[in-house]
Amino acid sequence: MSTTLVSLNEVSKSYKQLDALQSISMTLQQGEVLGLFGHNGAGKTTMMKLILGVISPSSGSVEVMGMAPDSKEAWHSRSKVGYLPENVSFYEQLTGLEVLTYFAKLKGFNKKTAIDLLEQVGITHAMRRQVKTYSKGMRQRLGLAQAFIGEPKLLLLDEPTVGLDPIATADFYQTVDQLKSNGSSVILCSHVLPGVEQHIDRAMILSKGSLLAMGTLAQLRQDADLPVAIKPGGLNGALVENTRLMSYLNQQNKGLADTLMVPEQDKLKVLRELLAYDCIDDLHVEHANLEQVYQYYLSQHAQRAGGEH
Amino acid sequence: MNQVFTVASKEFHDGLRNRWLVSITIIFAALSIGLTYFGAAASGTIGITSLSTTVASLASLAVFLIPLIALLLSYDSFVGEQESGTLLLLLTYPLSKTQLLLGKFLGQGGIIALATLLGFGASAVLLYFQIEDMAVLTTFALFIGSAVLLGLSFTAIAYIVSLMVSEKSKAAGFALIIWFLFALAFDLGILALLVGVEEGISQQGLTQLMMLNPADIFRLVNLAGLDSSDVNGALAIAINSSLSQGQLFSVLIAWVVLPLTLATFIFRKKKL
Repeated sequence: MSTTLVSLNEVSKSYKQLDALQSISMTLQQGEVLGLFGHNGAGKTTMMKLILGVISPSSGSVEVMGMAPDSKEAWHSRSKVGYLPENVSFYEQLTGLEVLTYFAKLKGFNKKTAIDLLEQVGITHAMRRQVKTYSKGMRQRLGLAQAFIGEPKLLLLDEPTVGLDPIATADFYQTVDQLKSNGSSVILCSHVLPGVEQHIDRAMILSKGSLLAMGTLAQLRQDADLPVAIKPGGLNGALVENTRLMSYLNQQNKGLADTLMVPEQDKLKVLRELLAYDCIDDLHVEHANLEQVYQYYLSQHAQRAGGEH
Repeated sequence: MNQVFTVASKEFHDGLRNRWLVSITIIFAALSIGLTYFGAAASGTIGITSLSTTVASLASLAVFLIPLIALLLSYDSFVGEQESGTLLLLLTYPLSKTQLLLGKFLGQGGIIALATLLGFGASAVLLYFQIEDMAVLTTFALFIGSAVLLGLSFTAIAYIVSLMVSEKSKAAGFALIIWFLFALAFDLGILALLVGVEEGISQQGLTQLMMLNPADIFRLVNLAGLDSSDVNGALAIAINSSLSQGQLFSVLIAWVVLPLTLATFIFRKKKL
């Protein structure tokens, strides 16, 4: 029983010179985490602004919680939406607590909410210091605390892990998982890919305003049909002599000369063949990661675009 | 309404924290007390000068200072937040553009108004104890009231600048030009018109022309009631015209409301 929280229907947004988004359609269910990927200028931020109702689409329709987000009726649902912008520097001369209290009040909460949130993101120790003394990671945590005000049903996070150290990043993803299990939907916008995979339900890849691919990671991987990297150990060059395995050997990259690049459907066959060797002492199997899938779709798109001319 | 007050309180506290309130108050108080006591030094005497001389000198100073201070305080109100990204963030909150603008206006206007009241009020009280004349209080009430409106008017004008440009440094440049135009160039232009063009402009026309500049309205309000011996130049002619204080104040209030409405309109149309 899932309800649709956000839906975009053939949405385009163009500015004077530039088509920022071209007929994008998508839906986001309650409790779903969507990863939005693309280079700078791919239209990620434009899409977020459309969902936030800060700008209106040139054509098509946007619906958030059953209403157009740029309409007057959507006014009250705004306190149910959290947003972390990509580039934000909070009022430098205020303390962290003052900044967060200001934003909490604007959403109808009080100072206590602000203190609790600062504790949640782990900057309680610095909350009475001016923001200008904060490190990049601390500023990012403050921004996250701001987005978490009022337990939002919909969270839009633009590059949330930039500047966070590994521990803080892990903390952040834990919070995302927790929000998800509470029924919140999250849109994560990123071009930093490692680490994000296990926390998103679906991925959406944008390039120059158009949608390249959307689906679960398994679907995208299957569609891309990227090979599995299999790296056996202890074979001492026996692979080169095996005619059945030789064709799978990685030709392009000399550094990975003993790695086999095997299509998904041949994976088990190759593994059996390898295990037949007595001297094999290690076996490393690696599926294409999100980054490779992402690269694949981008290069596909570039090829298609090149072919048109 | 709550949203407006939240923003207003934040802006007001910023004004306190940045020492705006204290500095403006001190400047105004030092100027007005100084002029009250030493205004006559030029004519060879020290001590309290006549009320009309004091107010005339205060008005001619305030007419330069107040617009400058208001523009300085408010020119980066929007463009500054736009540059740091908080403007976009605020607009995703349950807070309308009009509420944000009004909140800022209340907060920063509050700083200007309070500083004017405290700074000039100090010398009013001082003067009242020295000469014990009710005229001091009424004259100063008029002066402070119009000074506050002048400050608010230029705060609203600063918002227009702040919303029209996309860089803070540009906003600063434009603010300076606006100050120059209203505080200096406009009067020079009128004077040139009076001297250069024979019978080009009637007294009525001159007064109407002065309504186009809030700084001149402020001058008219404060100099109209004084002995004309303390006033000279183009103003002396305009003063003899028929506009009442009530009318002048209405025009001055319009100079607050209209720029503020225009700023709201620009803000609504603004792309982020």
